[in-house]
Amino acid sequence: MSDLLTEPRPAAAPSMDNYLTHARGFWSWALTLDHKRIGVMYLVSIVASFFLGGLFAELIRTELIGPGRTIMGKDMYNQVFTLHGAVMVFLFIIPGIPAALGNFVLPIMLGAKDVAFPRLNLASYYLWIVGAVFFVFVLVLGGLDTGWTFYTPYSTTTDTRVVLAVTGAFILGFSSIFTGLNFIATIHMLRPPGMTWFRLPLFLWALYATALIQVLATPVLGITLFLVGVERLLGLGIFDPKLGGDPVLFQHFFWFYSHPAVYIMILPGMGIISEVISVFSRKHIFGYKFIAISSIAIALLGFLVWGHHMFTSGQSKLASVIFSALTFSVSIPSAIKVFNWLATMYKGSIALLTPMLYALTFIFLFGIGGLTGLFLGALATDVHLHDTYFIVAHFHYVMVGGTLSAFLAGIHYWWPKITGRMYSEFWGRIGALMVFVGFNLTFFPQFALGSRGMPRRYYDYGEMLGEHPEFYGYHFLSTLGSYLLGIALFLVMIYLIASLFNGHRAVANPWGGATLEWQCSSPPPHDNFPVQPHVGDPYAVRNFQYDPDVGGYVRVAQTAKPEHPLHPSAH
Amino acid sequence: MHDLILFAQSRGGYWLPPPDSSTAGDVDRVFYFILGVASFFFVLIVALMCLFVILYRRRPGVEAPGSASHNNLLEITWTIIPVILVVIMFYMGFTTYLDIRTSPRQAYDIRVVGQKWSWVFSYPNGHVAPELHVPVDRPVRLTMTSEDVIHSLFIPAFRVKMDLVPGRYTTTWFHPLRAGTYDLYCTEYCGTGHSDMLSKVVVHKPGEFETWLEQAANLLASMTPVEAGAELTRRNGCLTCHSTDGTAKVGPSFKGIYGQRHTFTNGTSAEVDDNYIRQSILEPMALIRQGYQPAMPTYKGRLKDQEITAIIEYIESLK
Amino acid sequence: MAKSESTTRPPDDADPGSVEAPRPHAAADHHRPFLAHHYQSYKQQFEAGKLGMWIFLLTEILLFGGLFCAYAVYRANHPEIFIYAHHFLDKNLGAINTAVLIFSSFTMAWGVRCAQLNQRKLLMVMLSLTLLCACGFLGIKYVEYKHKWEDGLLWAGKYHPVEHAEPADHAARPPGRPEAQSALQRPEGPRYAGIFFSIYFMMTGLHGLHVLAGMAAIAWILVRAANGHFNSHYFGPVDYVGLYWHLVDLIWIYLFPLLYLIH
Repeated sequence: MSDLLTEPRPAAAPSMDNYLTHARGFWSWALTLDHKRIGVMYLVSIVASFFLGGLFAELIRTELIGPGRTIMGKDMYNQVFTLHGAVMVFLFIIPGIPAALGNFVLPIMLGAKDVAFPRLNLASYYLWIVGAVFFVFVLVLGGLDTGWTFYTPYSTTTDTRVVLAVTGAFILGFSSIFTGLNFIATIHMLRPPGMTWFRLPLFLWALYATALIQVLATPVLGITLFLVGVERLLGLGIFDPKLGGDPVLFQHFFWFYSHPAVYIMILPGMGIISEVISVFSRKHIFGYKFIAISSIAIALLGFLVWGHHMFTSGQSKLASVIFSALTFSVSIPSAIKVFNWLATMYKGSIALLTPMLYALTFIFLFGIGGLTGLFLGALATDVHLHDTYFIVAHFHYVMVGGTLSAFLAGIHYWWPKITGRMYSEFWGRIGALMVFVGFNLTFFPQFALGSRGMPRRYYDYGEMLGEHPEFYGYHFLSTLGSYLLGIALFLVMIYLIASLFNGHRAVANPWGGATLEWQCSSPPPHDNFPVQPHVGDPYAVRNFQYDPDVGGYVRVAQTAKPEHPLHPSAH
Repeated sequence: MHDLILFAQSRGGYWLPPPDSSTAGDVDRVFYFILGVASFFFVLIVALMCLFVILYRRRPGVEAPGSASHNNLLEITWTIIPVILVVIMFYMGFTTYLDIRTSPRQAYDIRVVGQKWSWVFSYPNGHVAPELHVPVDRPVRLTMTSEDVIHSLFIPAFRVKMDLVPGRYTTTWFHPLRAGTYDLYCTEYCGTGHSDMLSKVVVHKPGEFETWLEQAANLLASMTPVEAGAELTRRNGCLTCHSTDGTAKVGPSFKGIYGQRHTFTNGTSAEVDDNYIRQSILEPMALIRQGYQPAMPTYKGRLKDQEITAIIEYIESLK
Repeated sequence: MAKSESTTRPPDDADPGSVEAPRPHAAADHHRPFLAHHYQSYKQQFEAGKLGMWIFLLTEILLFGGLFCAYAVYRANHPEIFIYAHHFLDKNLGAINTAVLIFSSFTMAWGVRCAQLNQRKLLMVMLSLTLLCACGFLGIKYVEYKHKWEDGLLWAGKYHPVEHAEPADHAARPPGRPEAQSALQRPEGPRYAGIFFSIYFMMTGLHGLHVLAGMAAIAWILVRAANGHFNSHYFGPVDYVGLYWHLVDLIWIYLFPLLYLIH
């Protein structure tokens, strides 16, 4: 690895005004309309809820380290896994990349001064806060034990705080809708001259596709949760079989949102990976249009597959067959992306810096998560694997292995831009390695647990489950892995925070990226671009060369170097 | 590995337990086909990734050799090949699924009711039991519903799973190939006792099933009332929530309860006698003992008078 | 929404050159006080606001879409309930309300035109008329709800019809449907009849909440109109609120036949 890259020279202290120094005081943050500050506030809040959700995860794994009671009773366990799911899904993964990183990066990458509706942007942040407060109330005032899925009629009959929780999720839904609405309007209306659709960086394509889902799917979740709330308060009866309602209708409504929501979680992650792989391989991204269009394809196809969560729910055979076929169709655009990333690395100049390590981790883990999805799309095998630990492992490989890896890749990639500081590359690599090992140790054993029949959401797995000595070992390994993963993530947080105080000052373009955010200083000025930036091919990374005097990359005269033909024989 | 208790394996392959129903083998074939394809692609992707990282690692002063930034032929190739493979997977999964879901006409019918947190299996002769007893080598159809929330019946060895939805009937079927005892789990989260909602499938050898059914149904004729009461509380799922050793579970323990005075949530109190127990079985929501949740389903229409009497005598016998 | 900061000329009125031209910093821009700092031109800002509003309306349609789906599922599964129960809704009141809302959409559209033509007084008249219609709509809705409440014709969990509950339209009793006839003899009607009222109250209730929200928005632009904020260069908020009001109207136009006019 190049020492030129691992240890960028300290840049001179920023003399110019930047967004962090532009105004001071509490109110200058709390009432800011600057997308960058809103992004940073989102980042802090989301990371806080991530650690809360992570604490619940460690409690679950600790309880399951051995059979029988370890640290908590059954009801407590049910509440802990419910809150783990609800906090992670509604407060962390869904807003994670779009609202935190997206808010910061999107307008700058686009070459705009802000998002289309800055007040709406701030409002959506405060809606998030209100939603989060509701979840805190749930936690304090008696918990929630429905599972994050709120399945009726369990959710309408349990005596935990379902109304508070659905109100919180409803409000968070509107926060998500407003973010999506803002992003769509921004990408449509605020592109500067020269920024054509096919010059949009792939992260923006991904955010655009994500925003489409946020806008089109979230209202349905809103009305569904509203109905559950009214059902509990007034006895509406729409989901209550005793009054003639249909509990399976709830599942259709719920998954009509919550399956596309999976793509809200993963698409922005794929966008980050497309950026990182290109920059750290110093190669133009391979198959730009295929990747861009596959994002949109995933977003649209994602609306048609919700029924694959319900193959054993009693829905008709015909419906199951159609949903299975559509589900397989979603796997194709994902496969295309992975192959394109590999082709981008081919004949590149690959630097294994922290963001790239997380990008490779993403390919590895998302590979497993995506390929195990095939078992669940196929009807016959899904019947066996549904609601077992196989599912738990599968979606953690996609959501944690995929989205969290991408989130970490993005955090490290844009950290110099956001904070103006470089983190410790050494600790960064150690952290990435620990995350990789810890994650696989936690979740790989769960595949075998599930395929051998261990149901999910079980408090216990002792002898009453039958002759299954292998359950003990797998659960034990999984718990050990979760501790390692927890320590790793804690380490990441510590060295990132430490970098704020003792990190080198970051130059404008430490990695050699060609997208517009690297053209403004680190951290960016209040208005992003004092002069309209030059919009070119977002992946012309070769136009930026390392300049030892600057300590980072600078634009060089465009070289009309002919590109090498690809040798098909190499594949 | 087998000397390590932690990593002991039970029967079957690494991934799946032994297939013991007529369709389980087909399901496993789909599983292993997908596993093969998935493993191939995963190894390919990771191998290429590692290869590129090593071959094209960054060296100071050396610019990347570079290659084309798109190649339609290549991109279409790696679109088409996965398409073909997933079509095969879909087809295999779909045909096997139709077999799993379409029960033969001459199947043996058993009705299943799920309730928090026990199973009730009813046989054609009116007998009910908490375990699923079936004859070997004969298709069995389960017609299922739920008393309260959604449950799901899962028999890993037979590769079948189907939800029990309140207010409607769902069916599933299987054809056991070997006599023996198999695990049966609830796989739809249903509250406190979800992980206790377990049962067994007992597959009887040829000819033994009919004998079992006849004897089991004749409980009161072959046992004393106390013994029959004990058996009935087991079969009807009472013991999931009521212990017989004095520990309080979801409901109060049976031990020593007879003759006690109970205070109820509505402020009244009464002595536990025959009439009180009978009412608690038939109308469990009428009087809720203080300190307990109103969680019990009614057994009206599910227990005969004689059976209720036997249960009362059994509870009385638990001093 | 960014309504409050949207100042605009009509799109065709904008100087085409200003779209591309770099603009000075917002703080120095005294000539265009309502132009947010991150927009290049009024036209861009107006179109962004309009796009945002359309996307928002799309989410509203999807929100109601869930209820329309529930309606379709239950009507397909229990057609007899819908046939039976809809006789308890008052078609005349529903029709009057439909007319009231359509008229209010007309006054709203006229109001947008007034704003574009600098007719401040007439704009205020139109907005007031729209508000008045909205009040009338809610008043009639209140009469209907009160009637249902008194007859115990409520959602499934509270569905306890009183003995004397009579269908609102005696003449509309379907003569050729004996099963509906006999169902009318029992006070509680066919099994699960309360489900119809669950859907009725959810759909009209949620719609009523949207009418209330629309009234708040109209009141807000009425105040701004009184302060003389709107002119032929700046009428964006009136336009956006108008769009929203038309959607509220449109949803009712679907609700009325689906709930009141079942055959």
